[in-house]
Amino acid sequence: MFDFLLDPAQLTDFLSTGLRLSIPLIFAAMGGLVCERSGVFNIALEGQILFGAFGAAVGAYFLGTPTGGLGFALLFGALSGLLLAVLGITLRVNQIVIGIAVILFSTGFTSFMSRVLFPGSGNSLKLQGFGPVAIPYLSDIPVLGPVLFSQDALVYVALLTVVAVYLVLFKTRIGLSIRAIGENPSAADSAGVPVFRLRYACVIAGSTLASLGGAYLVLTQVFLFSDNMSAGKGFIALAAIVLGRWQPQLAFLACLLFGFFDAFQLRLQFNHPEIPFQVFAALPYGVSILALVGLMGQAHPPAAVGRPYDREMR
Amino acid sequence: MSVVGQPSVKAQTPSGAEPRAGRVAQSLIKFAFMLKTVWAVLAALILGAFLVQLAGGRPVAAYSALFEGAFADYYGISSTLVRMSPLLLASLAVIIPLRAGLFNIGAEGQIYIGALLSTLVALYLPEVLPSWIHVIACIGAGALGGALWGLIPAALKAYRGTNEIITSLLLSYVAVYTVGAVLHAWLMEPGAPYPYSREIPDALVLPTFLSETEAHIGVLIAVAAALVIAVIFRQTTLGLSIQTVGHNPHAAVYAGLDVKRLTLSSFALGGAMAGLAGAFEVLGLKYRLFDHFSPGYGMQGIIVAFLAALSPLGSIVAAFFLAGLQVGAGAMQRTTGIDTTMVEALQGMIVLFVAIGLAFRYHPERWSRRVAAWQKPTQGE
Amino acid sequence: MQAVPSRISLEGIVKTFGGFRANDDVSIHVAEGSIHAILGENGAGKSTLMNIIYGLYQPDAGRILSRGREVKISNPRQAMALGIGMVHQHFKQVDTMTVTENVVLGLPGRPVLNLAQDRKRIIDLAQELGFDIDPDQPMWSLPIGMQQRVEILKLLYRQADLLILDEPTSVLTPSEIKPFFNLLSRLRSSGRTIVLITHKLDEVMEMADRVTVMRLGRVVANIEASETNSRELARLMVGRDVIFDVTRTPPRIGSPVLEVADLVATDERGLSALNGLSLTVKAGEIVGIAGVDGNGQRELAETIAGLRKASAGTVKICGQVADRLNPAERKRRLRMGFVPEDRQKVGLDLDSDIAFNMVLRSFRLPPFSRHGWVDFAKIKTHAKQLAERYDVRMRGVGQRARDLSGGNQQKIILAREMEDEPELLIVSQPTKGLDVGAIDFVQRTLLAQRDRGTGILYISTELEELLMVADRLAVIFNGRIVGELPVSEATPERLGLLMTGKAA
Repeated sequence: MFDFLLDPAQLTDFLSTGLRLSIPLIFAAMGGLVCERSGVFNIALEGQILFGAFGAAVGAYFLGTPTGGLGFALLFGALSGLLLAVLGITLRVNQIVIGIAVILFSTGFTSFMSRVLFPGSGNSLKLQGFGPVAIPYLSDIPVLGPVLFSQDALVYVALLTVVAVYLVLFKTRIGLSIRAIGENPSAADSAGVPVFRLRYACVIAGSTLASLGGAYLVLTQVFLFSDNMSAGKGFIALAAIVLGRWQPQLAFLACLLFGFFDAFQLRLQFNHPEIPFQVFAALPYGVSILALVGLMGQAHPPAAVGRPYDREMR
Repeated sequence: MSVVGQPSVKAQTPSGAEPRAGRVAQSLIKFAFMLKTVWAVLAALILGAFLVQLAGGRPVAAYSALFEGAFADYYGISSTLVRMSPLLLASLAVIIPLRAGLFNIGAEGQIYIGALLSTLVALYLPEVLPSWIHVIACIGAGALGGALWGLIPAALKAYRGTNEIITSLLLSYVAVYTVGAVLHAWLMEPGAPYPYSREIPDALVLPTFLSETEAHIGVLIAVAAALVIAVIFRQTTLGLSIQTVGHNPHAAVYAGLDVKRLTLSSFALGGAMAGLAGAFEVLGLKYRLFDHFSPGYGMQGIIVAFLAALSPLGSIVAAFFLAGLQVGAGAMQRTTGIDTTMVEALQGMIVLFVAIGLAFRYHPERWSRRVAAWQKPTQGE
Repeated sequence: MQAVPSRISLEGIVKTFGGFRANDDVSIHVAEGSIHAILGENGAGKSTLMNIIYGLYQPDAGRILSRGREVKISNPRQAMALGIGMVHQHFKQVDTMTVTENVVLGLPGRPVLNLAQDRKRIIDLAQELGFDIDPDQPMWSLPIGMQQRVEILKLLYRQADLLILDEPTSVLTPSEIKPFFNLLSRLRSSGRTIVLITHKLDEVMEMADRVTVMRLGRVVANIEASETNSRELARLMVGRDVIFDVTRTPPRIGSPVLEVADLVATDERGLSALNGLSLTVKAGEIVGIAGVDGNGQRELAETIAGLRKASAGTVKICGQVADRLNPAERKRRLRMGFVPEDRQKVGLDLDSDIAFNMVLRSFRLPPFSRHGWVDFAKIKTHAKQLAERYDVRMRGVGQRARDLSGGNQQKIILAREMEDEPELLIVSQPTKGLDVGAIDFVQRTLLAQRDRGTGILYISTELEELLMVADRLAVIFNGRIVGELPVSEATPERLGLLMTGKAA
């Protein structure tokens, strides 16, 4: 079962598949983590991945370049974040309800619009995507070279995102403020932190990051758009945030865990055609649940997450 | 006992002396707030019209085809009723736990496990029982399957504190794949072009209540279930207990309620409703267990629940309406060429606008002050 | 009138919440370099006014002048820029962060943090003030008096020269108050202006240069402290002659109704909160639990009431071991009433109506329900009777509990917990946040209940209140009773020593 790990070619293949499957999770988890750290529960990650994917397809199709796709994906992600922020921060609607509403909206809207905008629906598209970028010298290292240094641009962006989120949250003044508004917005407000503006910024930035996960799916993996192609990744990302105890570096590892598990089950599917593939396909979801259950006991979310701030509340 | 020198610091609402025009204005405003859901649906329909236009269709034609197909004739209505059954049950699966403050967004999975258990009982329980008992056993198995699947996230929530939103949804994927795997491995009819099971015995098919249609009695059972749930919430200690947990878990503990048990029972009851939906799809409509048989009833149940403002009775109306949209979508596509997914977009916009509507609440005091302020200048003249 | 220039002036400030005028045409001038007390009972509008100065609330009318220049303060950042700093009654700090992080939070500066440098400056400043603070401790681990020092340090770190302190002594033990006042004097002599919000007359007389008395949102007097006395201030504050002379008869003490032995329990964070606490309450007496907030009071009440599990020790109620009974069973079978500290979060279901809240702990029993069916008519009549008896001011029993004032909410809880003539009553901070009228009502009601033979455990952080109501005092420190004494022998000095664990 594990003998492929000994063969360099197969190992390289396995590792890079695992990394690729982790990328959408990483984008979504980092986006969700930024939102939750600022005290806003973003359960809509699933929908934002989908919006990102759809935006990427629209941009790449109509502008003809992957960069255009990226631009539209970012735009759609930011808009979904703005929607979430207006409803959840300013109008103080229950953030879980909004999140679910955004997910349902994204599913219906993108399904229909992909049929309207793309000839023969999004499934038959052959979009132009990003190709791999090999980093000179480093990509020649055996096994690790092809895995880490001969990837698509968005893979590097995802890895940089993790570093950036970590540095911003823990090494900068604004990061201190973000963590504070997620724990105790009233205290932060009293200390002079602009709670509303900062939460808006975090939600919009976080949502945009999540949409990059969708853009990655379309622009470097499948080059087409299909209905509901986020397939629960947003929820696995939510599980990764919890599993990573709201620490970017740990959440990143959790995403890798889920991604590699996915790669592993794909390999099992391929090697064991006699077993129904669904048995393996269900594994990543099951493992996410088990991971959540196993580690939930010690994890504490930011204290104010999900609770809209109202300065004049009495 | 009297309060010594109790200073009256409470709000002084404008007294009843306000003029009649003011009272009328205020009741109109209140009424407008009560129709919030209607406004949300209208807003979605208007935006939907733009989408139709964008798709190169004529909105009026599309909508009339849609609503005629769903509500205009005997067959349309019967199809709508058939579609309403799973939507209504799925919405109950969302509403019951949500009254206890728990989000069940995994009704889809509960539907699949319900359908699976129901099918197994239909196909493998020896046919020695009178058929009506066998049918009841199939229905019961469906409810049981849904309840058990619902108990998983509930138990994880109650005993481990695991977020039920994430687990219930992830469990849906596991359920769908489980049904697929069981079909592939054992249940699949040999030579079938698509994974589906053998047909269930004729004796186990649910009777219909409208002649020459597919309107099976599962529809009636679903409506009855909604009525029962409404009574539970209005009249029983169980309903009040669940509601207290939903309002304030700390106060519930103080009241001596067993919060863990209520978490489990509300989720199990909700899951049972979803399981029924799965059983009826097999016993009343398809007569087989199909892979991927649900077009997302579980998620659509959430839309129905919000549209009904979490009222079980309101769910009957909301489910009927949403079912009509889905049934009419086919007619719309046939006559105007607008793709059926237009209705999915419409549903998405409906739920979004309903969510936006939650931000606007009617505050009697605030409005009576505003109305009074509007009237002041005119009174001076 | 104004020999000294005004540091901050408020003119005609109006602030309404819903229909309620929290501040009504308030004008105050605070002289530079003075200690200015704002005196008033709960609900007089003091905190609202201060939140307006600090930019947290926006006034509906009126203007603010800082050093004679009209300013608009729309958020705390602008207040800080004007040199204004505030310590709220409930400290505004992020518990999970360290002292340094809390002090630095919200300060402008270079985008990249340099906490090491801030840390050093904090140590210097603390030394200057005579504070013994470890800047690396997380905030939650500090005792509450230390947290207050951090809050003050935070303001001075921002170079605030106008300090607004909201009920600062409420978290201090009697022995900590003197050094605190010395600190205030030193701050004044260094040229800073201090606004002291309080409802304690002796503090005003001891510390303030000038005092503004507020009642029901209005200013009723602006006077020099040297030209007045406690009696006049009390009359101004309450609007009538008050001497808190709750008439009381000597207790008729019966057999024990509560016996707590070697109780051990932990708080939410799993830290030990009760460390082998023992205590007895007898029928017909009020036992007051005195102590600085956070020494296990809440956990003690919750453990006795059945809301929290004890990890060791026993609780006997009316001679029976209660350990396995849930809160409702303790009420019904062991005849124990419980008025929790947090009435909104624990004591009531705010989103339900008054009628339901009156039966919150008994709606599953006859006569309010039978075989699972609820009898709403019975619940309603029951609620109407109780509401009348306890004088709950409301539109009707169908009104939501959320829409009632704190005093009326507390009456619902008292009515519910006392209507079935309990043998034992646990009351936790029963007057917190209530106005004078409601406080009076609560205390009289409890005393009357004592006279009917109920044993009452009265937990409060307000010493004056305990001295007035209790027959016997037990001092709690660090999750243990460190001393018991009859009220007649209790002096603030003696209690103060016990409360800080310095005398056994």
